[in-house]
Amino acid sequence: MAILITEKTRVIVQGMSGRIGSFHAADMIKYGTNVVGGVTPGKGGESVLDRPLFNTVREAVEQVGAEASLIFVPPPFAADAIMEAADAGIRTAVCVTDGIPSQDMMRVKRFLRRYPAERKMRVIGPNCAGIISPGKGFMGIMPPHIYMPGRIGIVGRSGTLGYEAAAQMKALGIGVSTSVGIGGDPINGSSFRDILELFEADPDTDAVMMIGEIGGPQEAEAAAYARDHMKKPVVAYIAGLSAPKGRKMGHAGAIVSAFGESAQEKVEILSAAGITVAPNPSSMGETMAMVLAQRKAA
Amino acid sequence: MDIHEYQAKEILARFGVPVPRGGLAYSPEQAGYRARELGGNAWVVKAQIHSGGRGAAGGVKLCKTPEEVQAFASTLFGKQLVTKQTDANGKGVYRVWVEGASDIAQELYLGFVLDRKSERIMIVASAHGGMEIEDLADKDPDSLRRMIIDPAAGLSEFQARELAFQLGLRGGQVAQMVTTLRACYRAYRDLDAVMVEINPLVVTHSGDLVALDAKMSFDTNALFRQSQIAELRDRSQEDPRESTAGDHGLSYVGLDGDIGCIINGAGLAMATMDMIKLAGGEPANFLDIGGGASPERVVRAFRTVLADGNVSVILVNIFAGINRCDWVAQGVVQAYKEVGLTIPVVVRLAGTNVEEGKAIIDGSGLPLISADSLAEAAAAAVAARPRIAA
Repeated sequence: MAILITEKTRVIVQGMSGRIGSFHAADMIKYGTNVVGGVTPGKGGESVLDRPLFNTVREAVEQVGAEASLIFVPPPFAADAIMEAADAGIRTAVCVTDGIPSQDMMRVKRFLRRYPAERKMRVIGPNCAGIISPGKGFMGIMPPHIYMPGRIGIVGRSGTLGYEAAAQMKALGIGVSTSVGIGGDPINGSSFRDILELFEADPDTDAVMMIGEIGGPQEAEAAAYARDHMKKPVVAYIAGLSAPKGRKMGHAGAIVSAFGESAQEKVEILSAAGITVAPNPSSMGETMAMVLAQRKAA
Repeated sequence: MDIHEYQAKEILARFGVPVPRGGLAYSPEQAGYRARELGGNAWVVKAQIHSGGRGAAGGVKLCKTPEEVQAFASTLFGKQLVTKQTDANGKGVYRVWVEGASDIAQELYLGFVLDRKSERIMIVASAHGGMEIEDLADKDPDSLRRMIIDPAAGLSEFQARELAFQLGLRGGQVAQMVTTLRACYRAYRDLDAVMVEINPLVVTHSGDLVALDAKMSFDTNALFRQSQIAELRDRSQEDPRESTAGDHGLSYVGLDGDIGCIINGAGLAMATMDMIKLAGGEPANFLDIGGGASPERVVRAFRTVLADGNVSVILVNIFAGINRCDWVAQGVVQAYKEVGLTIPVVVRLAGTNVEEGKAIIDGSGLPLISADSLAEAAAAAVAARPRIAA
C-alpha cells in the first residue's frame, strides 16, 4: 500500500505553469504518477503537459478530484497556497518551497487546526525533497531511479542525505516502501513522529530508516514514540556531529540552540530508546541490513 | 539577521519599552560631544558589535567625565573586539553608543524566542538577570519562568501580569512590566523577529524599569516584507567569506580544519563533514552549492573555499537530484583551469547524469581523485592531505 502516495493518488501541482513546476511535473508524469492537473491563478482553462490548469485549488478538487497537491509557489505566497489547499479539501500537500518565513508557518499550523481530524490536511515540508513510493509515484524533486521498490520506510529532513540512504540500501538489495522528506525548516507540517505513526500502521513497511540532524526537539519526540508505540525496528542517523554550536548549517532549522539539540545528545536519546543508530553516514544501508538480519533470525 | 544594540533599543522604544537616553557616535570626538549633549555626571560607553559578552571583553565602560568618554571611545574605534562569543578575529568596532548611566537596584532577564516544540513564541524570564542565558540555565535554572503565547489571542494583560508577579515585581513596576512585555511581543510579531532579548532589564532605585541592553535578531526569510529591517544589515559585522558566498547563492560556514568541502544539500554537507572527522580529518568549511548548480556556480564555490588559506585539499561530494553531475563535473574542470589549482581535489558524484559526469572527470587528464562512495571520498581526502613537516 505504501503511505501518502500510490499509483492511484490524484495529484495536482500548484505552480505547474512555472519553469520549475512544469519541469518536475513532467518527471512525475514520466514516472507514472497520476498527475491530474495544475493550479496557477489567472491561467485557468489553459493546459500544461496535456493536463488542465485551474484558477483555484477548489476547482481542481471539484473537476478532476484532486487529493494531493505538490506546491512549487515562491516563499512570499507559499503559506497562502498551503492554506488554500487545506480549505479546498486536499488530503496531502507537499511543499518544496525553501525560504518561507517562520511566522507564516505558525499561521499555517494554526489555520489547519480549524478542521476536524477526519478532514484535516496533512502537510509535508516545507523546504523538502518530497515523497516517493517507488514504482508507484512521487511528488517532489528527487531522482526517482535511485529508489528500489521494497518494504523499508525512509523519513528524513535532508533531501540529498535521504538519496544517500536510498542508494546505500539499493546497493545492498534493500528496497523502499515510501520515502518522506519532512524538510529542514524549524516549523514543519509533519514531524518525524507523525511519519513514524504512518509507517507503523502500514502493512507494506517492515522497518524505518530515520535521518535526523542537529537542532529542534523532533528526533527526541520520535524516539519516545518509537520506544512506547512501535513494533517495527527503527534505524537512525543524525547529521552534524562536527557542527559548531550556535551556527546555522544551511537548513534554517539546523542550529544547536538548546539542550538536547546537538548530534551527540540526539544519538544518546535515540540509543536509549532502543533505536539502532548508524555510526556514520556511509553505514546507513549496512546498519539497516544488520537490523533486518537480526529480525529474521529472532 | 542581527542588528546593533542601539538599533534594537530604538525599535523597542517605538513599541513602548523604556530605554535610557543615549546617542550614537562614529568618532571619539562625537562620543565626547554626545556625553555633553546628554548631560548628567556619568555615562556608559558601549562598543556596538554583533556579539554578546562585550563587557567582559573590555567593550563597555562607565565614565565620569566627557573627556573620559572620549578617551575610552578612542581606544574602541577600529579595534577588533574579541568576546567569548566571537571567533579569534573578533568583530570590528565602528560605532559607539553613549548613554546616561542608570542606577541599578535589581537586574532581570527577559527573552522572546521561537519555541520549536510548541511552534509558538515563548517568553523566558528570570528575576536574576545580567548573566548570559546559558549561564543562567546552568547555574540558576529554578529562576527561569517560561510562558508560551497563543498566536490567536496574543499576549494578554493578565498573562503579562502573572509573569510580572512571578518575577517578584510590585506596585507600579507591574504595570511597567506589562507594557514592556506586550511591546516586545508586538515588536517580535510585527517585524518578523526570531529573538528579542533584554538583559539586563533593570529596576532602578526609584522603582522604574529600564532596558539596559537589547538584542534583536530577524528571520532572513521575511526580509522581503521588512525593508526597514533589511536596511539595518551591517556587513562589517559578518564574516566576509560567508556574506560574499551568500551573494552568490552559496551557503557557507567557515570552520577551523583544512579539508575544503563543496557539497549539495545541507544534510549531506553535514554528513560529509562528519565522515571527514571520523576518517581522522577536520573540515575547513560547510558549503552547500544548492540545487540546479551551473558550472559557474561550482567555480565560485571553489574560489570561496580557496579563500581560506588553511585549505590543503578539496572534497566535492554531489548527490544530484535537481543538480546534474555533468554540469558539476564541467565546473570542477573549469575551476581547475581558471583558478590554477595546486592542491589535491577528490570528486564523488552520484545521482542524475552520473555516468556523463564521471566521464568528464576521468577524461579531463587532470589529477582529480575519483571516489565512488561517501566513505571512500572522505578517506581519500584525508589521505591526500600533504604531510606537514614537523
